[in-house]
Amino acid sequence: MPTTPPSVDAVLESLAAAVGPCHVSTFRGQTRAVVPPERALDAFRHLAATGFDLLVDVTCVDYLDYKGAKQRYGLVYLLASTVTNQRLTVRVFVDDPDPAVPSVTSVWRSADWLEREVWDLFGIRFDGHPDLRRLVMPEAFTAHPLRKDYPLQGRGERHNFPVLTRDDG
Amino acid sequence: MSIAPAEFGSLDAADGPRSEDYLWTLNFGPQHPATHTTLRLVLKLEGERVVDAMPEMGYLHSGFEKIGEHLTFNQYVTVTDRMNYISPVANNVAWHHAVETLLGIELTPRCTFIRTIVAELARISDHLLCNGAVGLDTGAFTFFLYAFYQREVIYDILETLCGARFTNSYTRVGGVSQDFTPLVIEKIRAFLRTFPKTLDDMERLLTRNRIFVDRTKGVGVLTKEEAINRGATGPVARASGVTRDLRKDEPYLAYGDLDFNVACASTGDCYARYLVRMQEMRESLKIVQQALDRLPDGPVNVGIDQRTALPTKQQVYSTIEGTISHFELSMANRGFEVPCEESYAAIEAPNGELGFYLVGDGNDTAYRARCRPPSVLHFALFPHLIRGHTLSDVVAVLGSLNIIAAELDR
Amino acid sequence: MAVTSPKLELPENVFVSKLDELASWCRKNSLWPMPFATACCGIELMATGASKHDLARFGAEVFRFSPRQCDLMIVAGRVVMKMLPVLQRIWLQMHEPKWVISMGACASTGGVFDTYAVVQGIDRFIPVDMYVPGCPPRPEQLIQAIIDLQDKIQREGTITGREFDTAERQRRKRALVEATLPLTIDAARNPVLQRELAAAAETAAGG
Repeated sequence: MPTTPPSVDAVLESLAAAVGPCHVSTFRGQTRAVVPPERALDAFRHLAATGFDLLVDVTCVDYLDYKGAKQRYGLVYLLASTVTNQRLTVRVFVDDPDPAVPSVTSVWRSADWLEREVWDLFGIRFDGHPDLRRLVMPEAFTAHPLRKDYPLQGRGERHNFPVLTRDDG
Repeated sequence: MSIAPAEFGSLDAADGPRSEDYLWTLNFGPQHPATHTTLRLVLKLEGERVVDAMPEMGYLHSGFEKIGEHLTFNQYVTVTDRMNYISPVANNVAWHHAVETLLGIELTPRCTFIRTIVAELARISDHLLCNGAVGLDTGAFTFFLYAFYQREVIYDILETLCGARFTNSYTRVGGVSQDFTPLVIEKIRAFLRTFPKTLDDMERLLTRNRIFVDRTKGVGVLTKEEAINRGATGPVARASGVTRDLRKDEPYLAYGDLDFNVACASTGDCYARYLVRMQEMRESLKIVQQALDRLPDGPVNVGIDQRTALPTKQQVYSTIEGTISHFELSMANRGFEVPCEESYAAIEAPNGELGFYLVGDGNDTAYRARCRPPSVLHFALFPHLIRGHTLSDVVAVLGSLNIIAAELDR
Repeated sequence: MAVTSPKLELPENVFVSKLDELASWCRKNSLWPMPFATACCGIELMATGASKHDLARFGAEVFRFSPRQCDLMIVAGRVVMKMLPVLQRIWLQMHEPKWVISMGACASTGGVFDTYAVVQGIDRFIPVDMYVPGCPPRPEQLIQAIIDLQDKIQREGTITGREFDTAERQRRKRALVEATLPLTIDAARNPVLQRELAAAAETAAGG
């Protein structure tokens, strides 16, 4: 039981001290910090050590059609602390070709499947992930469906199956 | 624990048979009664003991998140119904909670209480089915039928309220689609009177039943540290001692004003999860009772000057603001003011923390609508829970984790 | 002098019928459903089997999950690409006579999910006997579908299973659907299309 819970500002200061300056912003009471990909793993280790023990989500946004976007993929790490009840959003931006970030499975085990899903749907490689393969799409699927250049109805993969008739039954 | 007797010689009799010669693989396929809808487990078994398990998902992946980029905020609520389909109103509440956080809309007091009541009814419905399915999978069919009958009563209430048994699509941006009528309130009160007795009957069937306790106690133990590290939330985490409940920690809707307890346990096995869910149903009854007694009067949707909720027909035909609001909300990209920003908002869904990460880009469709489902992390911790247990425990553990395939795969 | 046929005097416990009708009557009143429940329609299927809307009244109480023991497959819920081979394999494992009910909008046509992953109607890939619209269909609708299927079995059923010579009917239905499909179909992977193209090429070459 902590005596006085630290506010997120203190955590962000210690994070800046550990990995260098991060761009911080707030919106609707939520704090977001941007971390460069090469310092990402250190940043997450530091945050886990300062009390953010629950990794709520790992996801990605494809900024291909977004006005004013500088890099194509923005990874989102939602962190929470079960002890102090704080929340923090960490953003890591990567770009084509070959987007890659270090994996955080060594820090939080919950990242295992969340990162597999981001690889499956967006094509972002997680270096150091123990088992990076597709999670929701079939293994034989080749595209990354949630990218903005992939159409909603797909490219005909859903029709490519053998047809069974009563003769085959 | 090897099953190989010495007389089954291997190639080299001096070595003796090795226990890994007797490992076999069982496909607990996507079509199986105990995998609640489409999950797949590939189990490596030694005799009847599970040595390892590889879960596989994606057999119901329908592209929900991509659909979210093509539908408006009020259209997408119909799709959120189809996520956790045993408590759809909770998904609606979660989605619109996230949308209203992004848009910065403040709800009317009556709307917060109404959404609280339906969210708690959805929680009761979800826990009834989850515990009912645990009962069904371990052989208690009567318990399952009792649970389903009570769910029919809840369906009746929701049908009177908004026309659909489930897949309600009840909430809208800035309000709800239908207000509570006196008939709905009467039905909820009747449910509150009769449900505790049924809950007592159900508890009498299973809670101290020797067979059920033997099948679930000590099975699938999840420690507190593992629960946090692997991202478990909701009843699965609370049964392991994690006292995190978003209704108390980050109060949303009317939970800050209501008096209720959070059910927790410390053992973290299937029996604890069953007990936590039973107790949560009782707490939900308390919440619904208090909310119904204190239901404030007033409008249920936000005012027409905010240009978010569709005005009533009387307002459309008699006030200029109503007419303009109606036109602007019906035309594309003229209704809501969506900031070019990103936000995340979560509620305590019956299964855990259900949150939506929304990216707005000024249009009335989201640029990215990410659903954070609790079931993914629960399914990922399944191999950890099942090692060393027998094949029949697989079914009990899978049922107690309450993995809903549609929420899992989206 | 006219020949009159003698009136058949039967005792009360004897009745005369056709073998086909008798077999169809037995089959229709003891359908053993195999619930292929994938999504929300699965919950309504469970509710139909529960105590309020009791499906056991219609003989369909025995929800066996093994395809070897069932004759009615109720596909309840959306079927995605990853699941379709499983669905086909289970359909092949069922014994004749077998019927398929496509329950819900997603199983019949893809429903609200016109996306890259969801099959736009299972009747594109397996033969379907009865469609139940709804999202999800009410239990009463599913019961009506079972009753209609029972009528269909009684009307069309034969002891030899000749009513299942409907491959020609399915080919015609498929040709209608294919006229509206986008051009990105990989024809090489579609054996029915290959057969038809080969037959058309043969007649064109020969004729």
